[in-house]
Amino acid sequence: MIQVQGLNKWFGDHHVLRDIDLEVAQGEVVVVIGPSGSGKSTLCRCLNRLETAGSGDILIDGVPAPVEGRELARLRADVGMVFQSFNLFQHKSVLENVMLAPVKVRGVSRTEAESTARQLLARVGIAEQAGKLPAQLSGGQQQRAAIARALAMRPKVMLFDEPTSALDPEMVGEVLDVMVQLAADGMTMVVVTHEMGFARRAADRVVFMDGGQIVETGEPNAFFEAPTTDRARDFLAKVLTH
Amino acid sequence: MSAILDHLPEFWEGLIVTLQLTAASFLGAAVVGLVITAMRVSPVGVLRGIGTAYVETFQNLPLLVLLVLAVFGLPEIGIKADLLVTAIVVIALYEAAYIAEALRSGVNAVSAGQGEAARALGLTFGQSLRHVILPQALRTVIQPLGNIFIALTMNTSLAAAIGVVDLTAAANRVNLMEAQPIPIFVGAGLAYALIAACAGFVTGRLERRLVMVR
Repeated sequence: MIQVQGLNKWFGDHHVLRDIDLEVAQGEVVVVIGPSGSGKSTLCRCLNRLETAGSGDILIDGVPAPVEGRELARLRADVGMVFQSFNLFQHKSVLENVMLAPVKVRGVSRTEAESTARQLLARVGIAEQAGKLPAQLSGGQQQRAAIARALAMRPKVMLFDEPTSALDPEMVGEVLDVMVQLAADGMTMVVVTHEMGFARRAADRVVFMDGGQIVETGEPNAFFEAPTTDRARDFLAKVLTH
Repeated sequence: MSAILDHLPEFWEGLIVTLQLTAASFLGAAVVGLVITAMRVSPVGVLRGIGTAYVETFQNLPLLVLLVLAVFGLPEIGIKADLLVTAIVVIALYEAAYIAEALRSGVNAVSAGQGEAARALGLTFGQSLRHVILPQALRTVIQPLGNIFIALTMNTSLAAAIGVVDLTAAANRVNLMEAQPIPIFVGAGLAYALIAACAGFVTGRLERRLVMVR
């Protein structure tokens, strides 16, 4: 579904992604973990070209991801994205947030878009919040609305860029539950997160990044029980002791 | 007082012209300003350059100079237009630069994540601007836009200098007959103040109604 080959990225002199190769199969859930500044968010943002890559290839569904213009917009329509800071459209109700892209990008009629939107909001458990503005919702509800908004485009793959990092601890669970359900339904997912519990529960594969490189990758059980690299062992020792 | 009451029809006609100048040039300025803003925030370098050049040009020339240049310059290149129309177009183009700057500050106030979310959903740059960025930008710059509207209203009086018989020109004409400048121009000034007060009232209402919970 996603193939990344030899991806490099610089911010000025800072080499943030070094020779990244990554494949994500249809229906696979890949969880990317690693310390802050390891490049995992940048990698996620490169996949739908919110960040431009320095060099290397990104193929979505076997097709090279277009660099700009309408073709790029068409690609992004098929790749859902969920952000750390939700980024719901502040001036629109939750329902309108979910309806906007299907109507404007896919040309779906408003009535059809609305019924789909209401179904999705029910699926993520916030049907009764449909008429409210984003600022009137809790963080967890906002993030679930953002997931519904992305799903409304019927994406082939979903990218999650630290979806629970901005949430109060008691709201993390409700968002992760939605994501676990989504994974169980067979959605192809790339999830950048610090939630090791989610990685264990829902990942088909864990990718550990450090210093802009993929250091280790493996099945979640094998990775968490017996990481093969020192850096992964160090990282897990730090995050799992608390 | 009778100097004003005796000439109410002249004042009235002048006021109508001033209102026409104000409404038409603000409308034009809003449309052109919107286009310039879109150019200034576009990903295409050439468009950004043109937008910047436009703003710099019109913000750095006095409106009176532009008006006089248009009145004398346009016939030279074969364009003959009604004085009122010329004044409307020139004021619109001039004020568009200010509206564009106000709108751009509004666009900058919208968090980058909003545009990213819009693009990530597959909206094109134009669609993101139209459905996500500009509606939010507008809400934050209602007050500055109201100020520009008031400044524009006052600036329309410069049209008197190129022969448009607006409220200021009408007052001037009446004064030539009556020679009572204080009551006549105080009266004209009050009429301008009334327009400005209405604009202030409307922007205040709009701001309260469209205020965005963040």
